[in-house]
Amino acid sequence: MVGLIGASCGSDDKAGDTTSAASTSTAVTASPAAGQSEPAISGDVTVFAAASLTAAYTEIGDAFMAEHPDANVTFDFGASSDLVNQIDEGAPADVFASADQANMTKLIDAGANAGEPVVFATNVLQIIVEPENPKGITGVADLSRSDIVYVTCAPEVPIGKYSAQVLAAAGVTVTPASLEENVKGIVTKVTLGEADAGIVYKTDVIAAGDKAQGIDIPDAINVTASYPVVVTKAARNADAAQAFVDFVVGEQGQKILRSDGFKAP
Amino acid sequence: MTGTALRRARRRVDQRERLPVPALAIALLAIAFFSLPFLGLLWRAPWSKAWGVLADESVRTALRLSIECSLWATALAMLFGVPLAWLLARVDFPGRGAVRALCTLSMVLPPVVGGVALFFSFGRRGLFGQYLDRWFDFQLPFTTRGVVVAQTFVAMPFLVLTVEAALRQMDRRYEDAARTLGGSHWYVFRRVTLPTVRPALIAGAVLAWARALGEFGATITFAGNFPGRTQTMPLATYLALQSNPDEALILSLVLIAVSFAVLVGLRDRWLSATAAAMR
Repeated sequence: MVGLIGASCGSDDKAGDTTSAASTSTAVTASPAAGQSEPAISGDVTVFAAASLTAAYTEIGDAFMAEHPDANVTFDFGASSDLVNQIDEGAPADVFASADQANMTKLIDAGANAGEPVVFATNVLQIIVEPENPKGITGVADLSRSDIVYVTCAPEVPIGKYSAQVLAAAGVTVTPASLEENVKGIVTKVTLGEADAGIVYKTDVIAAGDKAQGIDIPDAINVTASYPVVVTKAARNADAAQAFVDFVVGEQGQKILRSDGFKAP
Repeated sequence: MTGTALRRARRRVDQRERLPVPALAIALLAIAFFSLPFLGLLWRAPWSKAWGVLADESVRTALRLSIECSLWATALAMLFGVPLAWLLARVDFPGRGAVRALCTLSMVLPPVVGGVALFFSFGRRGLFGQYLDRWFDFQLPFTTRGVVVAQTFVAMPFLVLTVEAALRQMDRRYEDAARTLGGSHWYVFRRVTLPTVRPALIAGAVLAWARALGEFGATITFAGNFPGRTQTMPLATYLALQSNPDEALILSLVLIAVSFAVLVGLRDRWLSATAAAMR
């Protein structure tokens, strides 16, 4: 607030401008979140994150860059399994956020992590259907109906594995029409109207807005997905990468995640 | 026979003497550029596991599906592509250039864009596909026929352009002669025109087939990915990279071996077709 007022006053003359710049930086440094971190968080940070984090992480990235104007965060969103392989092949990732523990374990087994991963959010699953639910899907059992085109992902992709767990817990056998590359592929096929249903994260249904509708899956058969994040061993900008992870775990990051439908770890 | 061989050999020697050294060096670099990626694959390939991977049911399913779909796509490309090439080569109509550009657009389009375009035209909610779905209960996405449609869409231009070039280049006096001897248009087309452009037809078909066999983007976008139904070799290779990189390497080598064998086997026909086009 102080910074804003200072900036608007400063546009009057040059001397005022300098003062306002000084007061702005004071205001930022004085804010509790950035107070303890080193003053110079700068440079590029490349974050490889699970596709289901697309909306939340983009928002967190913007907030992070607003706090650290010299830092520049770029994202590569995809299936966690895909991203681990890319990091393994030398893709330039500073931070890796997975939608499951299995792919994080894979990264750790490959010795590609620096430090211990931190679980920063959890997520539950929902059935995604078209708006107005034209096929009248009410639960997991409906997915096996012959008139339902159901799409999912391969079992290596977290959502593919979670969906299979839900179907197994419900005792339902479903033949998918397609195995999409990642969870957003499932969302796209349903919002385009080519598929009738899929099992995705609740946050994906929220992110799809009015283009899709979610059907709750009972807790007894639902799966809670944990999202761990870690700085990679090959990080070229380890300080900024760690600052980003801290930001995700911190108050602001958690607030954004919560507003997008993620649950606390 | 020997005379021809001798002349050919002499010409080869002459060419070698006239070849400027810098061009030769650059050409060698180009050869290295094309061969190194394959050497990389051969180098990394887990040969001991090759048999196990090839004996795997899912791999054979993907290979069979790939071959079936690509042959169907080639057949469709020939069925529709030859008349289209003939129209573009022989019939002078307004907007011919635009029509040619439209019919070969999918060749330069990113295949994923092609897949999305197919969705909005032949998908269940597509411009045309919605009627197929409503009236005939006929769907293309997520089906094997969807794979064939996607492959045909990206592969046919290769055949059309090759055949069209040959139709333009061919000596039309043979057709005129056949017609003055009383052949009907259809008869002349079948017995004179088609045999004359046969080398180009074969070359175009091989190019289209190779393109169909390697098709990835439009297929995974439009037809989806499911083993035994729409998961062709390129899709299986890509997905195997995530779970089992060794398998992906073996699958890549199989695709390369099949394509290479066909290109080598048809080299002479391909060369003569190119020569015909240059005349």
